[in-house]
Amino acid sequence: MNKHVMPTLNRRAFVIGTAAVGAGLSLGLDLPFGGPAVVRAADGSPEVNAWVVIRPDDTVVIRIARSEMGQGSLTGLAQLVAEELECDWSKVITEYPTPGQSVARKRAWGDFSTGGSRGIRSSQDYVRKGGATARVMLVQAAANEWKVPASECTAANSVITHTPSGKTTTYGKVVEAAAKLEPPADVKLKDPKDWKIAGKPLKRLDTVEKTTGAMIYGVDVKLPGMLNAAIKDCPVFGGKLKSFDEARIAGMKGVKKVVRVGDSAVAVVADTWWHAKTALDALPIVWDEGENAKVSSESIAKWLTEGLDNAQPAYIGNQNGDAKAAIAGAARKIEAVYNYPYQNHVTMEPMNATALYTSDKCEVWCGTQNGEAAFAAVLEASGLPAEKCEVHKHILGGGFGRRGMTDYVRQAVAIAKQMPGTPVKLLWSREEDMVQGKYHPVTQCKLTGAFDADNNLAALHVRLSGQSILFSVRPAALENGKDPVAFQGLSPSGDAAIGYSVPNLLVEHSMRNPHVPPGFWRGVNVNHNAIYLECFMDELAHSVGQDPVEFRRKLMSKHPKHLAVLNAVAEKIGWGKPAPQGVYRGIAQVMGYGSYVAGAAEISVTDGSKIKVHRIVASTDPGYVVNPAQVERQIAGSFVYGLSALFYGGCTVKDGKIEQTNFDSYNSMRIAEMPKVECVMVPSGGFWGGVGEPTIGVAAPAVLNAYFAATGKRIRSVPLRDQNITFA
Amino acid sequence: MANLTINGKTINVDVEADTPLLWAIRENVGLTGTKYGCGIALCGACTVHVDGVAMRSCGISVGEAAGKQITTIEGLAGNNGALHRVQQAWVANDVPQCGYCQSGMIMAVAALLKEKPKPTDQDIDEAITNICRCGTFQQVREAIHTAANA
Repeated sequence: MNKHVMPTLNRRAFVIGTAAVGAGLSLGLDLPFGGPAVVRAADGSPEVNAWVVIRPDDTVVIRIARSEMGQGSLTGLAQLVAEELECDWSKVITEYPTPGQSVARKRAWGDFSTGGSRGIRSSQDYVRKGGATARVMLVQAAANEWKVPASECTAANSVITHTPSGKTTTYGKVVEAAAKLEPPADVKLKDPKDWKIAGKPLKRLDTVEKTTGAMIYGVDVKLPGMLNAAIKDCPVFGGKLKSFDEARIAGMKGVKKVVRVGDSAVAVVADTWWHAKTALDALPIVWDEGENAKVSSESIAKWLTEGLDNAQPAYIGNQNGDAKAAIAGAARKIEAVYNYPYQNHVTMEPMNATALYTSDKCEVWCGTQNGEAAFAAVLEASGLPAEKCEVHKHILGGGFGRRGMTDYVRQAVAIAKQMPGTPVKLLWSREEDMVQGKYHPVTQCKLTGAFDADNNLAALHVRLSGQSILFSVRPAALENGKDPVAFQGLSPSGDAAIGYSVPNLLVEHSMRNPHVPPGFWRGVNVNHNAIYLECFMDELAHSVGQDPVEFRRKLMSKHPKHLAVLNAVAEKIGWGKPAPQGVYRGIAQVMGYGSYVAGAAEISVTDGSKIKVHRIVASTDPGYVVNPAQVERQIAGSFVYGLSALFYGGCTVKDGKIEQTNFDSYNSMRIAEMPKVECVMVPSGGFWGGVGEPTIGVAAPAVLNAYFAATGKRIRSVPLRDQNITFA
Repeated sequence: MANLTINGKTINVDVEADTPLLWAIRENVGLTGTKYGCGIALCGACTVHVDGVAMRSCGISVGEAAGKQITTIEGLAGNNGALHRVQQAWVANDVPQCGYCQSGMIMAVAALLKEKPKPTDQDIDEAITNICRCGTFQQVREAIHTAANA
């Protein structure tokens, strides 16, 4: 039985263990693969190394540092370890090491960050080595016991066989001896074409608990004596909490305490969350909203439009030739302006964290996409050193980038600090979650294309204007002020490279940062950049009477991987062949997160305003596919996320505040609106790309291009609800 | 104070009668499989059965639910612990991603199948209006048909 198990490492055991191991821990870039002193899990079972614990009954416990938020990498990473370990998959369970344990062991599990579609691609190498190293040690232990050369032994399905004699033993029987061996200095990883566990559509390891209600998300945490908190932060970002009239709610049932949280928020702590929320709603609060209360969507849009003017300063993200001169001298050119709004992540589980603070310890239980960032937030908010802090990670009820931020963790600690010894669960209402987001950045884009006399694209100028996520979230990552991530999907090279060669190309970004806090929103800058480029490619093709696929192909000869996914989609959807009566097609491609993706949509339109999406074909080349069933689910889900944003999304600003407060004003797709999604996976090998995000980029432009094919009307503004266009 | 009959057991809960059933189930009874998603009966994460009918528990009060038969996700499996056929279909089709909306989704589907044992795609579109942000709808639809044919 496969079961996701919460962390159970015995702290004392590993502290003793790591102290004894000493220098062994410095091996392998702080990613140790074992050592002479045995480190034990809470139940006493030995670690073969940080990634693999084996119990005497042959249960294999695989440690997973990255967070599971639905994307399936908990299962995928376990498959990669199990593949190299040659263990019995039916005996695999997983467990999260805690960030505190990792820090105490010199980051034994490496990076915990789970964003940027990197859960698997950036840890596949060392987790596979963890599995392979453990296998070598287990085989060696058996060989030692039998006094035979290890080279005469093989391992499969958790069984070790001495081939000449036919003797066998199991991992559980030799693990004690294996855990005492020196790890091999180097191990050879399997060629993916020989994979038996990885690369297969195995079932997820966390499904049963998610169908019985047994899975404990952060919001479900219960601790003895725990109280519950509801919070309101100043709805104008950057504003402050001026005052609140505590006396007005003093007699309300269950209320224990009203506390300031930082300089901008107030929380009510009560016996139940319902009591806390009810009292908070009744609490008179005065905000000092500040200057930002003058900001509106209109004022932001005006500022961004100014940035489209070539006279304004801009950072250059990609250029070759002289696009401005080529456009100025061209006989034929077209220009279009697009825009993309703020979006809220809207994880189904609102932000929450439970904190227990005492004078010498601070523990937090929460869902987080980055255990180490949450841990750092606990240290900072509690003022306690690392050895007195801990974060217990829970499965996330959605992440989409939002839970990479730690604002809710800091708040929980700030509240708990005012109630030492009492665990407090902070839960945001949906309304708080909607107005205190870290929003998909707002941007506009002016695109200009110029043709030569033979109607070949001679120049392309993409001028972005708008918000930088890095400027707000990770300013140290700016390059001389420039945000390189702003050019995702439009970059000259790297893991988000443009797929077209144009003789004269200029891609630039006029950075304008409104007061609304931005964040990494699943797909990030690929989302709008792919709409801008791929819808404009469609415009360019139609302007010279060319087929949109043929037009693209002419520009893609130097981008064979981009072209391969485009071709795969075009073929599967029947591009160039008649569509069913009344059905129209659109197509788009982009590269993001190291993967090449394309999508095509078949839609019909009623009265120009009711869109039925009948069918989607999507292709992905992520290099390697670790679990095709999960990749398919990520691709299908990407259309729900991307098309929800296109049709229903968009957060607007009035008086400095976000106006959308719940699903009544920020709707999300339902099953009736879900098209059939067909996936064509074309993994070409030799690189590792991500799959959780890139496909979102092609969802909207594929549908928008199909809408143009159906109606002759070009939509350059998101969301569609603002134009009274909706699902049929 | 109210008597709630949940998963066949009658429990006395010390809450005001206007408390949403969702919060009594989660906080007073301690069954956390029923999830909070919106609080305004739009997302369906809190769906339970009240006298066999799928209802959004954030939208009905303890007072209204008292004396009625309430079933939560924890009570959907049989007394012998065997998963309900909808849960079995969910496992067979590997439906959940993050899983947070799935308790409500499963409860809505279980109620649909009681009413319409062999639902058409159109029946599904009309009856299942739960929000899933991960986007599991394709697998949800497949699993509903799997359960209907089980």
